[in-house]
Amino acid sequence: MKKSVFIGALTVAGLASGMASAGTMADVQAKGFLQCGVSTGLVGFAAPDANGNWAGFDVAVCRAVAAAVLGDPQAVKFTPTTGKTRFTALASGEVDMLARNTTWTFTRDVDLKFEFAGVNYYDGQGFMVPKSLGVASAKDLDGATICIQTGTTTELNLADFFRANNIKYEPVPIETNAEGQQQFLAGACDVYTTDASGLAATRATFENPGDYVVLPEIISKEPLGPLVRHGDQQWGDLVRWTLNALISAEELGITSANIDELSKGTNNPEINRILGTEGDLGGMLGLDKQWARRAISAGGNYAEIFERNIGSATPVGLSRGLNALWSDGGILYSPPFR
Amino acid sequence: MTALSDQPKAKHGFRLSMLIYDKRYRSITIQIVALILLFTAFGWLFNNAAMNLAKLGKPLSFGFLSQPSGYDINQRLIEYNSTMTHARAALVGILNTLLVAVLGCITATFIGVSVGVLRLSKNWIVSRLMGFYIEGLRNVPILLWIVLSMAIFIEMLPRPSAFRGANATATMYLNDSVAFTNRGFYIPKPIFNAGSSIDVIVFLLSLVAIWFFGRWAKKRQENSGDILPTFWIKLAIFFIPSIIVFYLSGQPISLSYPALTGFNFTGGFHLRNSLIALWLALSFYTATYIAEAVRAGVQSVSKGQTEAAFALGLRPGRTMQLVVLPQALRVIIPPMISQYLNLTKNSSLAIAVGYMDVTGTLGGITLNQTGREMESLLLLMGVYLTISLTVSLVMNWYNNSIKLKER
Repeated sequence: MKKSVFIGALTVAGLASGMASAGTMADVQAKGFLQCGVSTGLVGFAAPDANGNWAGFDVAVCRAVAAAVLGDPQAVKFTPTTGKTRFTALASGEVDMLARNTTWTFTRDVDLKFEFAGVNYYDGQGFMVPKSLGVASAKDLDGATICIQTGTTTELNLADFFRANNIKYEPVPIETNAEGQQQFLAGACDVYTTDASGLAATRATFENPGDYVVLPEIISKEPLGPLVRHGDQQWGDLVRWTLNALISAEELGITSANIDELSKGTNNPEINRILGTEGDLGGMLGLDKQWARRAISAGGNYAEIFERNIGSATPVGLSRGLNALWSDGGILYSPPFR
Repeated sequence: MTALSDQPKAKHGFRLSMLIYDKRYRSITIQIVALILLFTAFGWLFNNAAMNLAKLGKPLSFGFLSQPSGYDINQRLIEYNSTMTHARAALVGILNTLLVAVLGCITATFIGVSVGVLRLSKNWIVSRLMGFYIEGLRNVPILLWIVLSMAIFIEMLPRPSAFRGANATATMYLNDSVAFTNRGFYIPKPIFNAGSSIDVIVFLLSLVAIWFFGRWAKKRQENSGDILPTFWIKLAIFFIPSIIVFYLSGQPISLSYPALTGFNFTGGFHLRNSLIALWLALSFYTATYIAEAVRAGVQSVSKGQTEAAFALGLRPGRTMQLVVLPQALRVIIPPMISQYLNLTKNSSLAIAVGYMDVTGTLGGITLNQTGREMESLLLLMGVYLTISLTVSLVMNWYNNSIKLKER
């Protein structure tokens, strides 16, 4: 009797856990919005504006996915996550996808059981110091106090870099970018280190950005991209090809301005396949033919998203650099839509 | 008639309904059913967790503990670097937790007992001030105090670069041996050179001597009623032999003074802001609860005891020390145990100021870098459970030893 109750309980538990993950796309469509994990606030990448609307380079990926799946780029709920909480939030199903300048690494992909949908920003770890410190190179930082966000790859790179160069440092662990900024500005640490893009974004919010310099050394490769849980291939494919659609749109000259014009049909078969006037790529993803058109309309193509949020005209002021298209001297490259 | 003759027969037989309706069996039935339900609930929880982890492809495994951690920790009591294992990093964290918990418990007890006694002072201003301190501190969440004290350290104290140059805006104290900066306090550190072991041994021996002297003096007082000035004699034993040996052996212990070189002060001892902020906030906060426990304890001793002591000619200080406090302790200790446990558990808020306790290492960076949430959290709970149970065990033992001995 006791045994049968126990076995019954096991079966119920098994069923419950089996039902919980029928498919992320179906879940998202059923609840009518996309739950997207973003950072706790990094200007240009993901930050709420004065009205509480999230905007930024990473946020744009969430909006494009929501537009593709649900037809509405506003149907996104954002969950701010710290470097520490982001993976738990994704693994536990609290968020459907994570677009939070997260570095694609072997262990995260393989051991943490996530699936990176691609790279939306090629970055590298840099160091920011006050100009008054008179430091020209990261190798001059022997004995410096360095603010570092815990639970990030930068923390591991930092340990590796200083060990490889046989110099000492004092790490000051902090939890969010805002805390790091406070400690750095108060002089509680000499150096602030994170991805170079993050440094530029943080420096943009300083009162006197000119008093601080980013050192020339980039000590790591940090390919940042959106990620989903491992094991749901359909959902992973969708996020991957939404990102690729944004990149291909730039390459093919599809912009938010001319997308309606191009959707009537063009002479270029790849544009036609992306915009759904030829073939049925959307159907293969489990969506309609217009999915990519909606994704691109949401915030424009990759170049438009980049320039609007973090480009040289914005306070963050990043140049395309590595993130230019492969045909323009960068390494941004989307597999073909066919 | 038949009904009457049937009755004894029923007494011998056992029917299933008796499990519910018979008082003799009912309590056992209820307990067994409750036990089954409890085990089922636990079984379901564990099974669900294990199944979901297996579905994610992450079966429960503690192998990650022997992998190299790859990250550095600034505050460490034992040798540690980024090539060592996650288990070692966890140990560094556990020691940091214990450090701040022990420091906090000691300081909180001192502050708490003083404030609790002062709150009962007949001096209106003193008792009101203490009341203000208690009500002000304990009605604000501890996290805010921790963050506030850290912010004060960071914003108010000068940065190390302010000590540099001809027109430095900040100065060191105590003959250039102590520096207060917004990265922490730098104080001189003793360096034990060759031959210093004799000095250390003599110092330890004098500590033992103080203990024996205390026992002897107490016994002497009980026998003869003579009171020795024990405090001054103990102080002399504490200092004089060590100092004599120190000079005789040629001053083998020297001090390393902090000096500004490069980015930071080097040499000396570095007390990090994060430790001090956490320690002070935890101590002052927990002290308010201890003060209230002490006040309750003192007030629980009937006024007649004090009056009797006064009638015997004891001064107020001695009355408190010899008559009131020993009786009050049995009321004070049990709530004090839970305050020590609270302080230890509250120390897990350390990450708010970047202090690397066990929640910061095992439950923070290790968890995040390895992605072993379940395992890390189980271990973390185990660590806190062990620490807390040990604290309660020791305090309960102490509680038993000070219980009123009824003869």
